[in-house]
Amino acid sequence: MIIENSDVILSVRNLTADVDETPILKGLNLEIKAGEIHAIMGPNGSGKSTFSKVLAGHPAYTVTGGEVIYKGQNLLELEPEERSRSGVFLAFQYPLEIPGVSNLDFLRVSYNSKRQHEGLEELDAFDFDDLVRERLDVVKMDPAFLDRSVNEGFSGGEKKRNEILQMALLEPTLAILDETDSGLDIDALKIVANGVNQLAEPDNATLMITHYQRLLDYIVPDFVHVMAEGKILTTGGKELAQELEAKGYDWVKAEDAAEVAV
Amino acid sequence: MTATVENLVNQPYKYGFVTDIEVETIPRGLSEDVVRLISAKKNEPQFMLDFRLKAYHQWLKMSEPNWPHVHYPPIDYQDITYYSAPKAPEEKKQSLDEVDPVLLETFDKLGIPLSEQKRLSNVAVDAVFDSVSVATTFREDLAKEGVIFCSISEALHDYPELVEKYLGSVVPINDNFFSALNSAVFSDGSFVFIPKGVKCPMELSTYFRINTEGAGQFERTLIIAEEGSQVSYLEGCTAPMFDTNQLHAAVVELVALDDADIKYSTVQNWFAGDENGKGGIYNFVTKRGLCAGKNSKISWTQVETGSAITWKYPSCVLVGDNSVGEFYSVALTNNLQQADTGTKMVHVGKNTRSTIISKGISAGRSQNSYRGLVRMGPKADGSRNYSQCDSMLIGSDAEANTFPYIQVQNNSTKVEHEASTSKIGEDQLFYFAQRGISTEDAVSMMISGFCKDVFNQLPMEFAVEADRLLSLKLEGSVG
Repeated sequence: MIIENSDVILSVRNLTADVDETPILKGLNLEIKAGEIHAIMGPNGSGKSTFSKVLAGHPAYTVTGGEVIYKGQNLLELEPEERSRSGVFLAFQYPLEIPGVSNLDFLRVSYNSKRQHEGLEELDAFDFDDLVRERLDVVKMDPAFLDRSVNEGFSGGEKKRNEILQMALLEPTLAILDETDSGLDIDALKIVANGVNQLAEPDNATLMITHYQRLLDYIVPDFVHVMAEGKILTTGGKELAQELEAKGYDWVKAEDAAEVAV
Repeated sequence: MTATVENLVNQPYKYGFVTDIEVETIPRGLSEDVVRLISAKKNEPQFMLDFRLKAYHQWLKMSEPNWPHVHYPPIDYQDITYYSAPKAPEEKKQSLDEVDPVLLETFDKLGIPLSEQKRLSNVAVDAVFDSVSVATTFREDLAKEGVIFCSISEALHDYPELVEKYLGSVVPINDNFFSALNSAVFSDGSFVFIPKGVKCPMELSTYFRINTEGAGQFERTLIIAEEGSQVSYLEGCTAPMFDTNQLHAAVVELVALDDADIKYSTVQNWFAGDENGKGGIYNFVTKRGLCAGKNSKISWTQVETGSAITWKYPSCVLVGDNSVGEFYSVALTNNLQQADTGTKMVHVGKNTRSTIISKGISAGRSQNSYRGLVRMGPKADGSRNYSQCDSMLIGSDAEANTFPYIQVQNNSTKVEHEASTSKIGEDQLFYFAQRGISTEDAVSMMISGFCKDVFNQLPMEFAVEADRLLSLKLEGSVG
């Protein structure tokens, strides 16, 4: 929802970033305020996923210029785990499998690292167990998944639900969903979208990264940005997504080229 | 992130101190006279001297094994001290009060308190310093149950007929180069005898400490479990940091009679050498258990984290029908450590069963090899083996190998072998970091998970310790 004069959560200015010395982000600008849901769409190779990983601090990407201010502080100075603890959450496109580490342990250590960061007492195993069982409802997950190794042998849909479960526990200020719809059938998509919608509050914000309009039927964005060649070319409301679906990405690229020509 | 992982693995070795104590050592070098001298110093019965001399002469004719996947410069056997003992207590301690306080303090520092107030209430400890056993706790309590737990030197005086009957019965003198060397010069070690039908009321444990530079340690352990008895035994090891390599060539023999059950656990943390591979222990050890009786069971659990080079294959010879052999191992190598370790399960009797669970973790530029033999003999009807060998690589310069040998001479047997290799990669660590979990915690969670099946086998007091030890050893190694 768009709220008048709400706080700026994320402000990205002229961000440029490389991977293996190849420039991927080439001057990206974006502002996200509390309460808002944003979607970045764009063709493959436009730099959408890179942007999400740069925000989370993946070590393979090097920021070469620009700035990222998150809740008034320089996000780029923080280690990845500090970004997480201060409320930046990335739902992975391909969640990793961690053999031998139980989902429950993983969730508890993650949750407690955030509690510790906030100066709160860590939850013991019993209290945490109660909490996690309550949050399972958000994504309608079977408690049996808690005892299994993190994502090991999970289907694509189960992995994505597990990501949203983690989000439900960590209650991030800025949730970044990287291609969360990929590999989901329609029922799983509805469950995941419903989970994300339940977690949206006036004091947090959501940034979806997606290739298709489909997800946006279930999580309705306040702003849609179209990205190509490492920057945001155009921004509009939710109707922009529909227009894109109808006309394809070449339309935006052509418009952009025309603007430059003028 | 990379920097953290490296610091994580390269935790300084905290047991590297040297105890300043007057020791009695004999000149370096090995000869028949040295063998006679060791035997004389220990005032041994004639059969023991004969055993040693026979071993020495066999050893002269043997050569070091060259098949292990390890590399080291030639060892000069004339440059090793074969006997080193703390001076003073000529007649060894009748009670702990007579033990040199410096020694008690050393073991205190190593986390092995021996004094009555501080010692663990349910673990009896035999503390071996260089070549001799300096103290054994709870001996009287154990004696009430008929359990004998003492140093092998004492056993040679007090129970010579038992030692003579079993010594060399599982690992023959000429089994290999290092067993022959050990048989000639072994100085001390532990002796355990559990009489018929007795369940040993507490954990038994031996703690080995090498202190003197240039001294070799050649301990000999013999455990006999009579019919229907049970015992759980644990050994731990540390050594100071010296620039030179030290040789540790032990022999351990276990004998389980009908329905007996022996559980033998090792947490090995000898000095591994520095990050450039300088110094460290050569751990060349022969360990073997004989399931002589029907329905007997021998279980080996090892957590190997130290030593510059490890060459070790705790094995089971399953002679008794329905006997069971188990091997659970975690072997961790870092920096320039080399390990060639595994087991042998030799099925002789009918319906014998064995399980092998091996977890190898290689970090730095280390080499970690699993080598295992499963042999089903012609009479081993209905016998089964299950082996699982998993390797985990940390970083991109470490090496892991698996060398399984399977020999089957009986069609009614079943042998299963599973193997896997995994890697702690940057993306997994990033996933943890994105959930607020530090690299240290991430590595330790993944390693604990990887080793869980083995740690579950350790006595509870030591499982936590083993877990912590692995995390310490790996500090700074990922990235």
